[in-house]
Formats: sequence, structure tokens, C-alpha cells
Amino acid sequence: MAILVGTETRLVVQGLTGSEGRFHGLRNRSHGTNVVAGVTPGKGGQDVEGIPVFDTVAGAVAETAANAAMVFVPAPFAADAMYEAVAAGITTVVCITEGVPAHEMLRIHAYIQGRGVTLIGPNCPGALSPGKANVGIIPAEIFREGSIGLVSRSGTLTYQIGHELTQLGLGNSTIVGIGGDPVVGSSFLEILALFEADPQTQQVVMVGEIGGDEEEKAAAYIESEMTKPVVAYIAGFTAPPGKTMGHAGAIISGSAGTAQAKKEALEAKGIRVGTTPTETAQLVAEIAAA
Amino acid sequence: MLAHGHADLRRHRPDRLARALDLYEYQGKELFRRYGIPTSEGRLARTPEDARTATEELGTPVVVKAQVLTGGRGKAGGIKLAESAADAESCAADILGMDIRGHTVTKVWIERASDIEREYYLSLTFDRSAKKPLFMFTAQGGIDIEEVAATSPDALARLHVDPLEGYHPWHGRRLVYDGAVSDPGEQKQIASIVGKLYEAFVHCEAMLCEINPLIVTPEGEVRALDSKFTVDDNALFRHPDIAEMRDVGAADPLEALAREKGVTYVKLDGDVGVLGNGAGLTMSSVDVVTFVGGAPANFCDLGGGGDAQGVVDALGVITSDPQVRALFFNIFGGITRCDEVARGILQAVEQMGISYPIVVRLDGTNAEDGRRILTEAALPNLHAEATMLEGARRAVELAA
Repeated sequence: MAILVGTETRLVVQGLTGSEGRFHGLRNRSHGTNVVAGVTPGKGGQDVEGIPVFDTVAGAVAETAANAAMVFVPAPFAADAMYEAVAAGITTVVCITEGVPAHEMLRIHAYIQGRGVTLIGPNCPGALSPGKANVGIIPAEIFREGSIGLVSRSGTLTYQIGHELTQLGLGNSTIVGIGGDPVVGSSFLEILALFEADPQTQQVVMVGEIGGDEEEKAAAYIESEMTKPVVAYIAGFTAPPGKTMGHAGAIISGSAGTAQAKKEALEAKGIRVGTTPTETAQLVAEIAAA
Repeated sequence: MLAHGHADLRRHRPDRLARALDLYEYQGKELFRRYGIPTSEGRLARTPEDARTATEELGTPVVVKAQVLTGGRGKAGGIKLAESAADAESCAADILGMDIRGHTVTKVWIERASDIEREYYLSLTFDRSAKKPLFMFTAQGGIDIEEVAATSPDALARLHVDPLEGYHPWHGRRLVYDGAVSDPGEQKQIASIVGKLYEAFVHCEAMLCEINPLIVTPEGEVRALDSKFTVDDNALFRHPDIAEMRDVGAADPLEALAREKGVTYVKLDGDVGVLGNGAGLTMSSVDVVTFVGGAPANFCDLGGGGDAQGVVDALGVITSDPQVRALFFNIFGGITRCDEVARGILQAVEQMGISYPIVVRLDGTNAEDGRRILTEAALPNLHAEATMLEGARRAVELAA
């Protein structure tokens, strides 16, 4: 089963003819993702190594029955691309692009509510269901198929934890990078709900970081709604207040959004929090072995 | 690579890295005026003589206000009342050059002094939790709003705006009535300012617009006496006029150098330089260095696609910090290729003559090639470690 992306995914890549879009689109295809189309306005009729390119997402959907979109267009045009995908009837949109203005994301987030659309990102590595489909820039070779769901605000930290899990002989159902911006299409809650409903997923690792209160909201949700065990890791214990730590959303504002507060909120709900990525993977292994 | 963009959230960031663009009071007021929010007339002065001239133009009395990107100006003596042009000149001479919480004052704002009948507080913030703009309004103006929120939450009127619905006059009326404004003239003026503030917030793509205090003069005029205005960095490409307002001289010199080189860098206080790829992994690396008993000197993120030159640039920034005694490279290659990172390290060591220990942990894309490149170079100060935890431990030992 897995979540978000899998064997049923028919992917259209918005920005397939750009260097990044091409590289990752082809890389996703080589992992087994069914990449059915690309979209670049003005380049309809061309192809990228056999993948047909269309001028519009609607055109791509009509011809190829695409049901998922990966947005790889530059930041000034990314909001437009997301709206276009939703308008064309795409139900899973993954936006990799970094630097989308925060106000655009407020509007898009409000716009997709109630439309049956799942938006992942922006500023995210995408989603990978090992052995089934990869939509985004996650290096699939370091993950293996298994029963651990992994959801994270970070990219490379996710790879680190995935790598630690692999070394302990554990695999993943789906790895989801939800993105590091202040407002993203899907927060921990939405992804946790998908994992809870997914038969392949036996337990979940949630990788959070400083800033905002999504980890705190997740803690309450996990306690009241989830039957599957969740292990957490939080990055940024030593981050000074008021500094943006690489991710736009990773900032302690006043006394809000600290790693310590998140850890305490999670532990108060009985969720175990690893001190290092290594310890986090060990906690997962303990639960898997129990 | 995709462009690096950064934004931010709320208020009170005394020492923050210039990622979201914090504007000075006079710049925020300039934007307020553009959107029709009343402010007092004023002039910017960089010298005491300028302050005198400005005061002669404005007429006395005036207030001389230090322009710094931090709070607590008043308490630090950075705001002074002047009764004459000569007085304003000497106040400016006192304030210019003053150090306020680590910020050196290089300009003052001279403004006609206002008589104050009443003070309100009005702000519009980017509420990332609710994913909506949030108005806050209270009759307890002029003081720290977080204190009002903590001690008398009922006195603080809060109202979210649906970003798709946008602003409607009822938002203004609701705030004014909830905030218990009783005078009809004040009600009308404040409700109008609420609407204009929303317009400024959305048009300028602000993360914060704050008026504290919003004053009422004895004549019943409502005016913004101060401004805090922060704009989303990611949106600056379509606001070149606001982008130009950035004061590059106000940043920490190392952070300014990093910005110029396109390196994401935050100065910390220890002696282990930390360099990773990706924000999360780098934050985690800094944490792990602390966890094993060390003191990180910095947070430095190569970004998703660090090439050899990116590594050289980042090392150029890190090694400018005299406190650094050892380096910890923690790379998990995704888009980043470990062989490129290894080449960058060798290039930087050669160019900069780095002599202190460098601990390198490489995993992911082309990690074997990267490790081989480093082994073949056989530099005496280069130490390879297999895991993140071991790498952090080794770097901390070597810095001691």
C-alpha cells in the first residue's frame, strides 16, 4: 500500500524540460515511477527521453490520465503551477521548489481545503515509497521497503535517519518530506493520518525541528487518534532564539517553537523522543522487535 | 539549484540573521504613509548637523530617535526630546554611535513631538499556526504586547482574516468594538487604519506590521508613533523598492560575508566549526556536537547542491571566525555529491592553509569516491569518521 505515491501514481512533471526537472524526473522514472508527462508552456509536442511534453497540465491530464504532479518550476512561477495542477484535477501535488512567498502559501493552503487535494511542500524533498514510486529528490538507494512510515520537515536529516534505520535492518513504507517553510501544504497531522490508515505502515517516525507548533499539534493528535506507535526526533536544541536556521520555518520566535518545548509536549503524551538520529533509530528498532 | 529563500514569523528578534527583512522605524513609517496610515512628519539624520537642520525645518519640539533593528531603545537612552534645534543637535550627537544591545546607531529619526491623549496597540502578524493573518488590538498601547497577552488576555482583541476572503470593513469594526474604543471619532479613524494596515501587509508581503503605540492626540487625531515592519525574503523579488531598504552594514560581519557568498551561516559561541548539507541535518549536527560535550562555533548549511566551490566559500566564512579550533563536516549526499565535497575540502585546505583538524563524515551519493579522494590526499589534519556520532565526538576531542 504505502501512502501518497505508489504503483497507481501517474506523474506529470511541471518543469520537466528544465535541468533540475529533467534530472529528477528521469531519476524518478528509473526508480519505477510511472512518469507519464511533462509540462512546459511553449514546449508542447516535444519529449524528454520519451516522456511527452504538454503546454498545459489540463492537456497532460487529458492525454495521459496523470493523477499526480511534481512542481519543479522556479519560485516566482511555482504558485501558478500549483493552482494549475489543482484546476486540472490533479489530486496529489508535490512542490519541490524552494523560495515560494509565504503569502502565496497562505492563499494556496486555504484554496485547497475541501477540494480533495493533497499538497506536499513547497521546499521539500518529496515522497518515496521504496520499491513503488519516488516523486521528488529523495535518494531512493539509501532506503529499503518495509513497514516504518517516516515524515519530516527536513531533507538530508531524513536521509540520515533512514540510513540509520536501514543499517538496523529496517525498511520504510513511505518517506515524506513535508518541507521547511512556515506554511506547507500538508503538516504532520495530515501525513500521520495517512500512515495510521495505511496497512503497510506498522509504526511512524516523525522528524521535527524548531519553529511553529506543528509538533505540538501532532503530539495531541497521536495521543487521541493513533493506534500505531510513533517515535520522534527534534532538531535545533542548540539553536539561538531569533535566528533562521537554514529553513525559513526553523526559527524560535520569542519563547515559542523551541526544541525543548516540542520534546516536552511529545513526551507528555507518551511519545518517545530520540536525542540523536542514532538513538531515534534504536528506539524504532526496539519497538519493531517488541 | 533552486534558489535559497528564507522567511520568518513574528516579532522581537533582537539579534536575528537578516533573512526576513526587518525594516527600520523610518522605513516602516514610509510604507505606512504610502498606504495612507497617518504618521508624524520627520527627517532622517546621520550627523548632529543634519539633526539641527531637520529640526529647523520641522519646528520644535522634536523627538530624536535612534534607528536600530532591536527593541529597548527608550530604556537605553536612544530616544530624546529636544526643545530647540541646538538641543536636537546635541541629542543626536549623544545618540549617534551609541551601542544598543550590540547595534551601533548610525542614523536618527527626527520627528515632531506629539502630545498623547491615549495609546493603543495594533498589529497584523503572519500566524503560521492558524495559517492566516492575525490582527491584535488593545487599548493598553505602548507596552510589551506579550506581557498584555500573558497578564490580561481579555484586554487583547484578536481576529484572524481568511486569506481568500481578504479584508472587509467589518474586521475593523469588530476590532474597534472588541477593543472597547468608545469615542466615535477614534472608532472611525482606527477602523480605517486597520484596513490600510491589511492592505500594506498583503501588498508588501509582510510577516509583521506593528504599530505600538498608535496614539490619539489631544485634538483627537490617531497616528502611528512607531513601526515594526518585517517583509518575507522570498517575496522580495517582486518588491525591488523594499529590497533596496536592506541595510547590509547592520548585519554581523561574518553573517554579511556568508550572505554575500550565498552560504547559510549562523554564528554560535563555541570552537567546533560545523558544516553540513541541508538545514535539518546541520541543525542536528550542531545538536550532536553539543550532546557529546562540545561547543559548536556555528551553524553552516551548504544547501542541497553543494559543489566544490560552495564548500570553499563556506570554509572561507567559517575560518574567518578566530574561535574555531576544529571542523566537523557532516555530509549526507542526496543531490550533493560527496566527491564534489571532498574536492572542495582539499581545494580550501590548500588555498587557505587550514591547519587545524578537520573531521569528515561522508555518506550517500558518491560517498566512496569522496572518501577515496580524501584518503589519497593523505593530509595530516584530515580525519575520516564513519558515522555522524563518531565524527562529532572526534571533532570535539580534537578541539579540546
